[in-house]
Amino acid sequence: MAARTERIDRLAELTAARREEAEGRGVWREAFARMSRNPMAITGAAVVAVFIVVAVLGDLIAPYGPTEQNWGDEVFPNRNVFVGPRAENWLGLDNLGRDQFSRMVIGARQTLMVGVVAAGLGFTAGALLGGLSGAAHTLGGATGRRVDAVLMRFVDMMLALPALLLAVSIAALLGQGLVTVMVAVGTAQVPIFARLLRGAMIAQGGRDYVLAARALGARRRRIALAHILPNSMGPILVQLTLSLATAIIDAAALSYLGLGNPDPSVPEWGTMLADAQRFLSGAPQLAVYPALAIIVTALGFTLMGEALRESLDPRLRK
Amino acid sequence: MLRFIVRRVLQAVPTLFGLSILLFIWVRSLPGGPAYALLPENATAEQRDALRRAMGLDDPVIVQYGAFLGRLAQGDLGESLQTGRPVLTEFAMKFPATVELAVMAMLIAVAVGVPLGYVAARRRGGPLDALVVGGSLVGICTPVFFLAFVLKLLLAEQMGIFPSAFRQTPGIDATRITGLFVVDGIATREWDAAWDALMHLVLPGLALSSIPLAVIVRMTRAGVIEVLGEDYVRTAEAKGLHRRTVRGRHVLRNAMLPVVTAIGLLSGSLLAGAVLTESVFAFGGIGQFIYSATQTRDYPVLLGFILIIAAIYVAINLLVDISYSLLDPRVRVS
Amino acid sequence: MFKRRNGRLIAPAAAAAALALVAAGCAQSDRDTGGDPNETQPLIFAGTGDPRSLDPALANDGETFRVTRQVMETLLVHESGGSEIQGGLAESWEQSEDGTEWTFHLREGVTFHDGEPLNAEAVCANFDRWFNFTGDYQSSNQTYYWQNVFGGFAENEDEDLPESIYESCTAEDELTPVITLTESSASFPGGFTLSSFGIMSPASIEAVADQEVGGEEGAPVLPEYSQQAGDIAGTGPYTYGEWDHDAQEVTLERNDDYWGEPASVKTVIIKTISEESARRQALEAGDVHGYDLVAPADVEPLKEAGFQVPQRDVFNVLYMAYNQEASEELEDPDVRKALAHAVDRQRIVDTILPEGGQVATQFIPDTVEGWSSDVATYDHDPDRAKELLEEAGQEDLTIDFCYPTEVTRPYMPAPKDIFDIIQADLKEAGVTVEADSKPWDEYIPHTDSGNCSLYLLGWTGDFNEAYNFLGTWFASYDSAWGFRDDEVFEAMEAVASEPDPEARVALYEDANETIMDYLPGLPISHSPPSIVFSPDVNPPNASPLTQERFQEASFK
Repeated sequence: MAARTERIDRLAELTAARREEAEGRGVWREAFARMSRNPMAITGAAVVAVFIVVAVLGDLIAPYGPTEQNWGDEVFPNRNVFVGPRAENWLGLDNLGRDQFSRMVIGARQTLMVGVVAAGLGFTAGALLGGLSGAAHTLGGATGRRVDAVLMRFVDMMLALPALLLAVSIAALLGQGLVTVMVAVGTAQVPIFARLLRGAMIAQGGRDYVLAARALGARRRRIALAHILPNSMGPILVQLTLSLATAIIDAAALSYLGLGNPDPSVPEWGTMLADAQRFLSGAPQLAVYPALAIIVTALGFTLMGEALRESLDPRLRK
Repeated sequence: MLRFIVRRVLQAVPTLFGLSILLFIWVRSLPGGPAYALLPENATAEQRDALRRAMGLDDPVIVQYGAFLGRLAQGDLGESLQTGRPVLTEFAMKFPATVELAVMAMLIAVAVGVPLGYVAARRRGGPLDALVVGGSLVGICTPVFFLAFVLKLLLAEQMGIFPSAFRQTPGIDATRITGLFVVDGIATREWDAAWDALMHLVLPGLALSSIPLAVIVRMTRAGVIEVLGEDYVRTAEAKGLHRRTVRGRHVLRNAMLPVVTAIGLLSGSLLAGAVLTESVFAFGGIGQFIYSATQTRDYPVLLGFILIIAAIYVAINLLVDISYSLLDPRVRVS
Repeated sequence: MFKRRNGRLIAPAAAAAALALVAAGCAQSDRDTGGDPNETQPLIFAGTGDPRSLDPALANDGETFRVTRQVMETLLVHESGGSEIQGGLAESWEQSEDGTEWTFHLREGVTFHDGEPLNAEAVCANFDRWFNFTGDYQSSNQTYYWQNVFGGFAENEDEDLPESIYESCTAEDELTPVITLTESSASFPGGFTLSSFGIMSPASIEAVADQEVGGEEGAPVLPEYSQQAGDIAGTGPYTYGEWDHDAQEVTLERNDDYWGEPASVKTVIIKTISEESARRQALEAGDVHGYDLVAPADVEPLKEAGFQVPQRDVFNVLYMAYNQEASEELEDPDVRKALAHAVDRQRIVDTILPEGGQVATQFIPDTVEGWSSDVATYDHDPDRAKELLEEAGQEDLTIDFCYPTEVTRPYMPAPKDIFDIIQADLKEAGVTVEADSKPWDEYIPHTDSGNCSLYLLGWTGDFNEAYNFLGTWFASYDSAWGFRDDEVFEAMEAVASEPDPEARVALYEDANETIMDYLPGLPISHSPPSIVFSPDVNPPNASPLTQERFQEASFK
């Protein structure tokens, strides 16, 4: 029995193999080759690499503790007395007399963590939802289509709420905290991933190699997992890269609305930016550093995502 | 065609119904509650309890939901706990501000985005293309509230070109008909008022347009590049057709289809996604009000506003789908 | 749904007005300057939120009172720019020895905006109206201040409402109303200054009598008259001109028949800008002439840019509460004292609070009568703190500490920064802090029910009476504080049972000393909330109770 199924699977693979070589793995290899020549991709990758190194090695780079109010007697925000960049504090002091450079460096870690976890969460949940839905739609017959319809109504519900509003709602429900920010930002991404993967899978479902595999009687689960899914990953992998950027920006927006991580001992760019709004007239640099850091980092991820999308998209190839 | 529309409308009903249940549970499970947000610091525990009881918040959630549905069936969304006014009245008062802002942002995005995207595609790979694409990416990556602050700082405070807040200069003599201040001003020929309202729209409109602008630029660019590669365009150009004819009749029209879809979807999210912009510019629209409602646990407003927005959102999606299927018969089949 | 009003073009109207002036041959100089700005230009002031109601009896928030105070006047008031209680609509007043009979002598010749005279009957009609509120009007959200000082109503509909201490109001003669209470209360005479008790014309009362708080149970709708200008008349220097809900602005028009000095500026507009930095930017861009609750960090830059930031006296307190039920370590007086010595309150005042802020020595500011100069003080002394902790055997004390987010209160401009400083100070004394934060609306129930060992909270006084501060905290056991101390409770009881306001002062001083010996929490600071005006305005006197009177403002 087992031998027979294996033979069927093998046959299905062989039928699809030629296509995959042309469109599947080959596409990826080709895409990466194209990306390594694309200045956009290189810039993006360089920014992201620097960001990750800083985030991981932050403790070694930061000259001072991020919460030590070492120079608390030199800064008087209520009298508009701030300390700008100088030899011992490269970026000056923040409003409580803490070293701004150290806070920026340590803050990178929180920002990376929020971005990665939130995007990962959105990706996983969205892919699960979308994959299930897509598989049910393509392979499940009438019941499958009903399952798909129910799942998609659920996704529609999430889509019907604007992302920021959804995030604000979740933050209000879970209370404040780092986890809340991650869950809130991640949840807002779920419907996008779900929609994308489902769409790609349905498109793949009509392709010849899938029809061939089905004709040969391959098990549905195997068709879905071994054939349709790998070929449908392109769009959501691109989206994952882009999501890292969105997650970082959304997290900053939540912080701005006062829903960010409230623990003052953990510096984080979004919170720093939101806090610095109060001193915008007296010490704009306190807002500019984290704002630039957020913009540049988000840009790095976006460039990578865009380059990936362009190199995968046959229509945009030169 | 009719069957398609009917089917889509019927699909929207369970979506909204499910949403109302989810929202209800969510809203009622928020900690704290209006009893705490509405009274001063030194109110006694008895006063807070009494308020909770008076608001019917002590009943089981299912009973409360039943009451909510009962009222909803009569078109009544309850009253705001913050202001004591009916939710529908509040929505009607705040919605025009948001509509005006969203329309302004969308006008800016389309007026600037489509030409930029087209030019970038035509000069693909050149420095102009890189600038446009890079600029649109920076636009996407800049937090809206920060952009709003910078715009205000430069154009309102430093240069004093545009006003920095509100929908109209306070105290201006203006007639209100629709609540859309610009439209009202034009309809009543109060040109001062209309111009004033328009000027107040520029900065928030610019800030809010950053993301739709970037999206439209990139969609136009991608669309045009794709169409330029199509055989019929090449044929047209090979035939020696005038460049402007090719551009207008063939390239742009065909490249616009996905852009039109995007405009529809973006409009929906603009209507509700202006929370940050509205609060930075004291614009007094629905986004700002919903946010303050989460702060004061104004249950009826949260439920009512989000439901209405979701309904509008679903309706816009529906319109997009229908118009799309009118334009492109292939969609109807699947 | 939308109000219509007769639209006119500004330009022609203004031109016509100017022509009329010239034709009449008056105001020679006005032709050159384009008219007196007080007459032609509205004064625009930004508040932080929409008012709730034009009837102050149905409100409990400062944004509403900022508007209603200009229109509806009270029997007694705090002096302009100060905290002394003086006559308002009543020129003078006296109380019976047992504190249950309050006799007011009304000013002569005061008329309401609708032309009716102010007399004893009108005053009593107001008090009787409030006393006889029924239905949803009895919700503490609607009539908070009535319930706060008078207890319940003629017929309480909720069994939890206390018996009202209001008995009756009678007209002794044309201008002498007498209000009788069932028992004396430390809330008087201060309570008569509350903006909620603004006197409305009897004709208005009759006109709105059939309007009720409507809506379904649990979702009260405020009556229509409280949402639009024109239905109710007061005696104040301004009348309600219009409330444009769409544009979030209330327009006040000068009452030219005001009994006192009439206002200078003809039209005052109060707008809503909820966001702190948006208020500042609107002022800097010239869109408003002033706003309230200036962020302390903005005060200096605004002053440097030429704006006026008149200083208010302090009338509030910020404290760090010790909840002894949440942490039994706090039951040890040495630990409470050690924490007090550990905190550098001067630094908070120096770096966070606006100019004029003070370190608090007790739970009331020195502008409130009953402030004592002889309380025990606890200076910043980390070594002493360590010593005390060691003696108590708590060298490695770990304690949770709550602070609110998404909020600034007049007494607490930057909660997180204040928390940060205290956290660092406690760390220096060897105390480990576990941070716990909640948004404002969750914060109060969280701290009230005893979840926090240490937490930041405060209070802004409603009127000049120390009981308004101390009474809610220390009169009896409270889960927010978690202690039972007979000495403290007895000291408070002694004040509460003293009907004579003058005699209460000495008793308050004793109470403050007892409280600070016991140290149920650490009073941190008194902070003046800042208000700002543009250079072209003569600002009104800055009031410690934030009760500015716009009739005092004018354009330069």
